[in-house]
Amino acid sequence: MNFDFLSDPQYDILGAFLVTIELTILAAIGSLIWGTILAGMRVSPVPIMRWFGTVYVNVFRNAPLTVLIVATSVVLSDTLGLRLAARGSSTFIADNSFRLAVLGFIVYTSTFVCEAIRSGINTVPPGQAEAARAIGLTFSQNLRLIVLPQALRSVIVPLASVLIALTKNTTVAASIGVAEAALLMSTMVENESNALVSVFVVFAFGFILLTLPVGLLLGALAKKLAVRR
Amino acid sequence: MSGASTVLYDAPGPKARMRNIIYTILFAAVLAAVAAWVIITLSNLAELAPSKWKPFVTENVWTTFLLPGLWQTLKAAGLSLVIALPVGAILGLGRLSDHVWIRWPSAIIVEFFRAIPVLLLMVFAKAIFVAANVGSADNRPLLAVVTGLVLYNGAVLAEVFRAGVLSLPRGQTEASLAIGLRKGQYMTMILLPQALTVMLPAIVSQLVVIVKDTALGSQLTIAFPELLASARTITANYGNTVATYTVIALIYIAVDLVLIFLAGRSERWMRTRRGGGKGGQRGALATTGVMAETEMGVPVVDQEMLPGGKAPMAGRFSRLRFVLNNP
Repeated sequence: MNFDFLSDPQYDILGAFLVTIELTILAAIGSLIWGTILAGMRVSPVPIMRWFGTVYVNVFRNAPLTVLIVATSVVLSDTLGLRLAARGSSTFIADNSFRLAVLGFIVYTSTFVCEAIRSGINTVPPGQAEAARAIGLTFSQNLRLIVLPQALRSVIVPLASVLIALTKNTTVAASIGVAEAALLMSTMVENESNALVSVFVVFAFGFILLTLPVGLLLGALAKKLAVRR
Repeated sequence: MSGASTVLYDAPGPKARMRNIIYTILFAAVLAAVAAWVIITLSNLAELAPSKWKPFVTENVWTTFLLPGLWQTLKAAGLSLVIALPVGAILGLGRLSDHVWIRWPSAIIVEFFRAIPVLLLMVFAKAIFVAANVGSADNRPLLAVVTGLVLYNGAVLAEVFRAGVLSLPRGQTEASLAIGLRKGQYMTMILLPQALTVMLPAIVSQLVVIVKDTALGSQLTIAFPELLASARTITANYGNTVATYTVIALIYIAVDLVLIFLAGRSERWMRTRRGGGKGGQRGALATTGVMAETEMGVPVVDQEMLPGGKAPMAGRFSRLRFVLNNP
């Protein structure tokens, strides 16, 4: 196999994977926060919040991520004029599409985070919440101090699968021109037609390198933090 | 809501009721403000003008753009599932083989293709097909999309098959051995047919993932003319970006909700069929342990087994469990 392209300065493979990692980390933090809030809404005593959470999750979980990402660019930015970067800046296009992509990933991934956490809430024995109510905690205290800390520990493994899926999903950002791994691979596949397989092997290896440790690490963490009952 | 959620708060007294009303009003106000902002922005840009939405109530847009696109989407998804099922069965059984030289290659193939983004698989497949002159220029995009989806979903379904076979009671294997069946025989005649029915809901929900992933086909160099691709031609003709993307997203959501409904139906059908309503084999066969398998093959705690998760939540969460597998 021909791996000459690795030393070609026009292809910044490491840089592209760095963008993939940045996208993943930012979107992961955002969706963890927003997903937890959504989960809180879905179990809250306020009917309108429950209703909003349910509708949000069912709409955005079932829309293809590609549609959401393309829509952030074509609808939100181009048509409705939402700008997430300074207009005059020299890196405006790159910054704007990067941030739009992060926004799209958060909107989509938070629905899976929400459902994971909601299932985690269900694993907490009812006695815990009942005891919390008995000592006079309100719903938000109960959720914040008693239920969520236990629930989150039991959903580390499902959240790890969501994170791994998110890492792979960041490739969709290529469709709005974010210079991450999939976009670079797409151009390289066009230019390096005599080294197709080796280009693919390099990128595949990159993704395996990104996803494998996450699964192992978080799996070990889950075992360590598991609530012993 | 039942189960854990009602355990989380008491029946509201006067103070809590007041608080809930205040939260309701505040939250409704925020929602109304966002809705108002969206409507004002849209109408300032004339995106709500009847002329932009009217195309979608005429026959033309549907027959020329949307339905052909949807047909391509469903065709690619259906083909991918039909091909991925046997591929998954072979790989899944391969991982259960007694022979190391079958078990290891199967495991490596499964883990490899599960770790790689579908988009990369599609782009690569397209490039290879162009280079090797496979297919014609017309059907190459479809081939590339189906190849990418089969490789990924075959690997995912392999894990579903494996978990399905492992979820069967040991007695099935022991009884087969007792009547003198060989491994190959009891796998194909006894275990696989039972595993298939256990896995049915998981397979239907995998179809949801496949349908959503077909939308990748219109991106980059793949150029598959599916539903999302029709957005470009519609907006080019009518200049109605907001309306077009809204309608297309709604079509995808509708298709997925129908599939999720069918998955729930098949699960309930299985439950009654297996359980006979009187316990019996229920614990082993009907509590779809197969769905508790996550992306990494580590079982999630089965909700139905837990004190907190009583039956009313079961339907909702069992669906959740396998939707969770593949965000």
